[in-house]
Amino acid sequence: MSDEIKWKKESDMPLMAMSMGRMTVNKTGSWRNLRPVIEKEKCIKCGICWKFCPDVSIRLDEEDYPVVDLEFCKGCGICAVECPKDAITMIKEE
Amino acid sequence: MKYTIPAQEVMCSGHKACQGCGAALAMRYALKALGPRTIMTFPACCWSVIDGPFPYSAVGVPLFHTAFETAAVVASGIRAGLDARGEKDVNVVAWAGDGGTFDIGIQALSGTTERNDNIIYVCYDNEAYMNTGVQRSSATPWGAVTTTTPPRHFKKERKKDMMAILAAHSIPYTASASVAYPEDFIKKLNYAKSIEGTKFLHILATCPPGWRSAPEIAVQLAKLAVQTHAFPLYEIHEGRYFKMSMNPAKKPLTDYLKPQGRFRHLTEEQVADMDRMIDERYSYLLEQAERSKPYFDAKKETK
Amino acid sequence: MQKVIMGNHALSWGALLSRAEVIAAYPITPQTEVVELLSNMCADGDLDAQFIKVESEHSAMAASMGASAAGARTFTATSAQGLALMHEVLHWATGARLPIVMGNINRAMAPPWTIWTEQTDSISERDTGWLQIYTSSIQEILDSVIQAYKVAEQVYLPVMVVLDSFVLSHTNENCDIPDQSKVDAYLPKFENAYKLDVNKPAAYGGLTGPDWYYELRYKIQKDTERSLDLFVETGKEFGEMFGREYGLVETYKLDDADTVLVSSASIASTARPVIDAMREEGHKVGLIRVRVFRPFPSDLMRKLLEGRKKVLVVDRNISFGMSGAFYEETKAALYNVKNSPPMWGYIAGLGGRDVPTNVVRDMIEQTMKEDHPSGDIIWIGVKK
Repeated sequence: MSDEIKWKKESDMPLMAMSMGRMTVNKTGSWRNLRPVIEKEKCIKCGICWKFCPDVSIRLDEEDYPVVDLEFCKGCGICAVECPKDAITMIKEE
Repeated sequence: MKYTIPAQEVMCSGHKACQGCGAALAMRYALKALGPRTIMTFPACCWSVIDGPFPYSAVGVPLFHTAFETAAVVASGIRAGLDARGEKDVNVVAWAGDGGTFDIGIQALSGTTERNDNIIYVCYDNEAYMNTGVQRSSATPWGAVTTTTPPRHFKKERKKDMMAILAAHSIPYTASASVAYPEDFIKKLNYAKSIEGTKFLHILATCPPGWRSAPEIAVQLAKLAVQTHAFPLYEIHEGRYFKMSMNPAKKPLTDYLKPQGRFRHLTEEQVADMDRMIDERYSYLLEQAERSKPYFDAKKETK
Repeated sequence: MQKVIMGNHALSWGALLSRAEVIAAYPITPQTEVVELLSNMCADGDLDAQFIKVESEHSAMAASMGASAAGARTFTATSAQGLALMHEVLHWATGARLPIVMGNINRAMAPPWTIWTEQTDSISERDTGWLQIYTSSIQEILDSVIQAYKVAEQVYLPVMVVLDSFVLSHTNENCDIPDQSKVDAYLPKFENAYKLDVNKPAAYGGLTGPDWYYELRYKIQKDTERSLDLFVETGKEFGEMFGREYGLVETYKLDDADTVLVSSASIASTARPVIDAMREEGHKVGLIRVRVFRPFPSDLMRKLLEGRKKVLVVDRNISFGMSGAFYEETKAALYNVKNSPPMWGYIAGLGGRDVPTNVVRDMIEQTMKEDHPSGDIIWIGVKK
């Protein structure tokens, strides 16, 4: 479902503007100027960064540590502000 | 680990919301509460763009894009169509911005609410026409600057009290919410799901470009709106009974206003004027909540 | 079952027999009896449908869109100001490919306030992509609703069934109300392949750029063209099952006619006895009543009119700054034809002004007298 849809001609398309594809084709990570970096040592695994991510770009790994999905993270920085332990720093993208 | 909100993600990454978009957060939370057995309709609003261009979509549920003023009644139609076809256990949700709710969509919304059609209406309120480039709506608060209310002629009219208008329809349930308090929002959606009739949820959704604020403080601002009493969280049951969802000790209004460019022009006196209006409204809500206490006590007892 | 019913009730019966599942409507004179009877049919349980009593015509169409998108067979009816208010969402219903059927009672547009018949309301919506049937009898109204669904649901386009206010809407005629079982056989339950479905989530109508919007318009045009054949096919099938066949146009004494009158709706009905009388006097006159106006049956009109001596078109509508719409389109269809006949375009009966037989006769006689039309628009009966 997350694949890019490639049509060549009108007969490939549905009758109306019916969107069956998922927006995960749109790699919003390229919008980013700042990148969140998580310091595992400070993290208390509260999940607050995950909770407030508007882009569904923070996953929790097997040990419940947050992992940023850089493919989609737009670098808004909410996670860094909301982190109660200041475990997330925003650093400039190269 | 223990999540405070549901783990399921129905909305996906890759959507077109700006950095730090409150409307995107609102949708993410809403779909966590509503789940995949949901059909949505959007009028013209930020989400018409956020969801993505044809042939892609981010919400992960069936979605009917519709004309600006029709969200509520298209939802009514969808519900009638499902009922006619015997399809049950589906949430029908109209999802609209403040322009599509307070202004152009109010007639259809009034019709749907008066008929008490069985839908959930969510207004994600970013307090102006953000999708067209920040023009004032009747949801824009007093004092704010938009592209049609420039600093020297900032908005001099108070924000329309949409909750009161809905309550005047004897709507079974209406509640305000904030993207800073997802647990509260989700609880309210779950309640809305559990009862029949029209349900209206009014969620404040931060808009960094429109509010001229930094994206990283989007959640902070949504929290401060509640903590300064500028955007109180409360419920109205059966159009008459008020209940405060939280009653935080009031923080200085400037905490909320200062980080936002849209309020930067206000003088101290003007801020004091604004504060007075906020207090006036807040104490009205507290009075209503006090008056409604016996209703909720009785409700508790029957449980 | 034979029953004397009014034109408006023929719409209601058409919706009932088509087993409409959702009805959304708002009252407007002269349409009210349509929804009053439908409300009663629903309340009495004769029709198992959801009835949404909306707060405006704009919402009537919007609710119909929602219901149709959810897969339900949907019906509504309106007139004049109501239709104009719907304008935006008429486009939406087409673009979203929703097979809604709507009755429209032709009433002249205000101001000044008026309730009498004129086609300018529905003519103004000819570019919205709605297919349009102009009816001329109570029976045809009822039959057309049923046929409209059969066509709409094959091409995924909405259809408007149009009738004259009062002349048809409030006139009582004997009408055959077909057996439900026969209608069910003609028009089976509809399964919308594109409905909103929680098991097959898709977004409909999202932002579309110039890269594919163009193709979506192309598809609408192709299916609109396809509906021409479907109107003929389903009209024939209707004839086989119910004894009443319908086509794109209805012709009368046309075969050897050298002067042909083209019109629609009730003016075309009035013209029949005039044709009869003039035939008896030895004039070779004939009649074409255009029934399906959208899509316009251009090929058929070319075939029927090519090589005739003279053609006159009578319009009860006006596109200001140009002429009547049926005239405009008939002329356009004939433009690239070798033996294109000269064409007279008459405007008559606006705002419900009566068009009796003698007026129809005057127009035919004027046409026969002149070698060539004096202008693009000929007004009949203006008090000067």
